[in-house]
Amino acid sequence: MAESKTPIIEIKQVSKVFKLQDQTINALHDANISIRKGEFVCLIGASGCGKSTLLRIIAGFEEPTTGEALMWGSPIKGPDPTRGMVFQDYALFPWLSVRDNIGFGPTSRGLGRALVKETVDKFIDLVGLAKFANAYPHQLSGGMKQRVAIARVLANDAEVVLMDEPFGALDAMTRERLQDELLDIWQRTGLTVVFVTHSIEEAIFLADRVVVMTPGPGRIESDNPLLLQRPRDVASPEFNDIRRVMSAKLHSHHGKKAA
Amino acid sequence: MALVETVPPPAAVIIEKPVGKTPWARVKPMVLALIVPALLLAFWHVATTQRWTRLIPTPYEVGEYMIDFAVGGIYDDAFSGTLLTHLFASMGRVYGGFALAALFALPLGLMIGRIPTARMVLDPFLQVMRPIPVTAWLPLSMILFGLGPRSAFALVCLGAFYPILLNTVFGVRSVDPKLFEAASMLGCQGNAQFYKVVLPAALPSIFTGLRLGLGLAWFVIVVGEMTGVPQGLGAVIMDGRTLSRTELVICGMIIIGIAGYISDRIVVMIGNRLLAWSPTHHG
Repeated sequence: MAESKTPIIEIKQVSKVFKLQDQTINALHDANISIRKGEFVCLIGASGCGKSTLLRIIAGFEEPTTGEALMWGSPIKGPDPTRGMVFQDYALFPWLSVRDNIGFGPTSRGLGRALVKETVDKFIDLVGLAKFANAYPHQLSGGMKQRVAIARVLANDAEVVLMDEPFGALDAMTRERLQDELLDIWQRTGLTVVFVTHSIEEAIFLADRVVVMTPGPGRIESDNPLLLQRPRDVASPEFNDIRRVMSAKLHSHHGKKAA
Repeated sequence: MALVETVPPPAAVIIEKPVGKTPWARVKPMVLALIVPALLLAFWHVATTQRWTRLIPTPYEVGEYMIDFAVGGIYDDAFSGTLLTHLFASMGRVYGGFALAALFALPLGLMIGRIPTARMVLDPFLQVMRPIPVTAWLPLSMILFGLGPRSAFALVCLGAFYPILLNTVFGVRSVDPKLFEAASMLGCQGNAQFYKVVLPAALPSIFTGLRLGLGLAWFVIVVGEMTGVPQGLGAVIMDGRTLSRTELVICGMIIIGIAGYISDRIVVMIGNRLLAWSPTHHG
């Protein structure tokens, strides 16, 4: 298949420099990464390592200062429904009900009323919010809001789902449940997921590949394929071995700096 | 796989109205709200019947005059039975001036909020004009619009203008930037964002502006009607002053208060309907 050869997302020598008054910040330096369709990739690192910047470049919210960001081989120019973003603080439209938040994308793309309704119903069911279809975001718990945010992106036929610490603000129980549900959706739909987190455990639980990033300037330290079988058991010795290795990679940077 | 099973118990469901309130709980807000007016009325009664002042009529006299003002049949003077005429005249100016103010202030506010050039051109000018009180505009208004209702209309409009404008600008400028990103990654970009993101997001602020604007329209009606209009509650108060008929002045004051209050409650009710999505917007 031609598809499997061209990566869905390709980042080539991408650097990003922000200028704040008289300061310049190297948010991202010479990043290279290529993501195949259907992969689940986690970007992990301490704050300031450029993981969110990289995600925002893939989303099209930021342009690389140098280098190229490609989707299916053509340059990413601005945000697009094919790359849906799930924000940590949800960014739901507070004036729209659950149903209309999920229908926002399909409506914007000009789908007919009947088709929008059909799509919305399907994804409301997928995330289990049928009972709350007419509730407003302020009436929902954090976990439910994030389900709406996920459904909103899926309902818009996103091929790549970009997630910026999506479960960071949730309590542990809700986070675990949403991780399971996300994996379930991913396995059933063949989506490509790029997931930013600062939790090693979350990355190892979810990802096919864990990309470790280090700050000052932000760069990719290593790209680690995980061969651990799914479903993964966070209490297994294999899981803990990987966690130890990753933890060492994440913290090696600090050692270097101190020396 | 049934994801539906994993739904957590509803953490924050739509808050239902508590049922089975005791009769006391139901009348309590009204009783509490009436304490201060009742005390004021008692003080007024004592002060006037004890002759602490001879210039203010007793509550009873004002009440009697209010009835005459409303339906006539007691004193039968020039003001008897004319309450509704004056009230409607004022309401016309209040709502008309308010509507005109909204007509100017809303588009202008949206422009200043969204277009940096418009902001740089208009904002300094409007900020200098804003502290000038409506009373100061009275002479100029009478020169520009003549004696009479047109001038009153213009002054009410001016009074309502700034709160609508400022709150609209504020609403438009404080839209969460994440919402623009969310809209654009969902396929809603460019000008479409104005209708689908900016307007709804600014609506609570715009609404607050309209509410304040309408309140101020009632507030400035007396000044507005100092322009030599024959009818209107402001005109009644001015006539009462020149004729030294304090009971007439007090009647006018009470009616403006009540009319302004009712008009505000109606706006709040509309707002609660329209802004049910906004957790901070329940008046």
